[in-house]
Amino acid sequence: MSVAALEVTANYYLVVGALLFTIGSVGLLLRRNVLVMFMCVELMLNAANLTFVTFARELDDVGGQVIVFFTLVVAAAEVAVGLAIIVAIFRRRRGATADDVHLLRG
Amino acid sequence: MTVETALFFIGAALALGGALGVVLARNPVHSALLLVVTLVAVALFFLLLDAQLVAAVQVIVYAGAIVVLFLFVIMLLGVDREESLHDPVPFQRPAALALGAVLLVEIFVLAGRTWATGASSTRGSIDGQVGGEDLGNVERVARVLFTDFLWAFELTAALLVIAVVGAVVLARRSGQQAELDAADQEIGRQIAEAELEEYEAESPTGVGS
Repeated sequence: MSVAALEVTANYYLVVGALLFTIGSVGLLLRRNVLVMFMCVELMLNAANLTFVTFARELDDVGGQVIVFFTLVVAAAEVAVGLAIIVAIFRRRRGATADDVHLLRG
Repeated sequence: MTVETALFFIGAALALGGALGVVLARNPVHSALLLVVTLVAVALFFLLLDAQLVAAVQVIVYAGAIVVLFLFVIMLLGVDREESLHDPVPFQRPAALALGAVLLVEIFVLAGRTWATGASSTRGSIDGQVGGEDLGNVERVARVLFTDFLWAFELTAALLVIAVVGAVVLARRSGQQAELDAADQEIGRQIAEAELEEYEAESPTGVGS
């Protein structure tokens, strides 16, 4: 297939979504900074959103786009509470590293 | 090469490059800014996929609000220094990479099979004619959101209120709380010192080795 006739199908978007999700999950496992770990969770949520919107167009069903709004709300709530927890931990331990809280005590 | 194809590959390069940057950047501020690149590239995908409202919300809520919140916390805590590469679990990095590769293969294997789509388009088309009216994408999403998903929509309002109250309670610091925090910090410092002594006692050559 020549480059000129290349047609972008739904599979292309799904592959990008899968790669984004994998990068996010690997980052979550690799990084120690809690803030960066949160950003990796956002990457994974975005990959899921991309898949939802791709299927919304593929199946011509607007439900896939509506679900994205609920994902956004959950992401916003998660970031608000998560960052407040990070601030609370930071006050006590002077660090934002995941290893600082491995004891589950103040 | 059509415009859509060109935009897709530009967006894919930006999204994946930004995502790799988020993971690989040593400085959290760089990670946050590269996250914006990925989010805007995903918004471009949403535009290409005929989801104009979702694309606008993606830029406003994610890039405009969530990433700014991240940057606020980074600046507030002053954690914009590079994190240490000290790894308490020695096999964690290779294990994480291996698990990531397994996950990717798993997604492709599962997606390669025929998936159950069920009845298509129970909610209606993403845009176009509905009951004689010519509706755009925004109106289609709004109609479904405020009819079929009304209950879920109301629940998200409750979720947001609970999250805001939780964040305020966690981050609040009254006068009495400040004293308690100071006491907690003292206890935390003593625990840390005890741990350090324990650690030094275990490794006679010292911490640096």
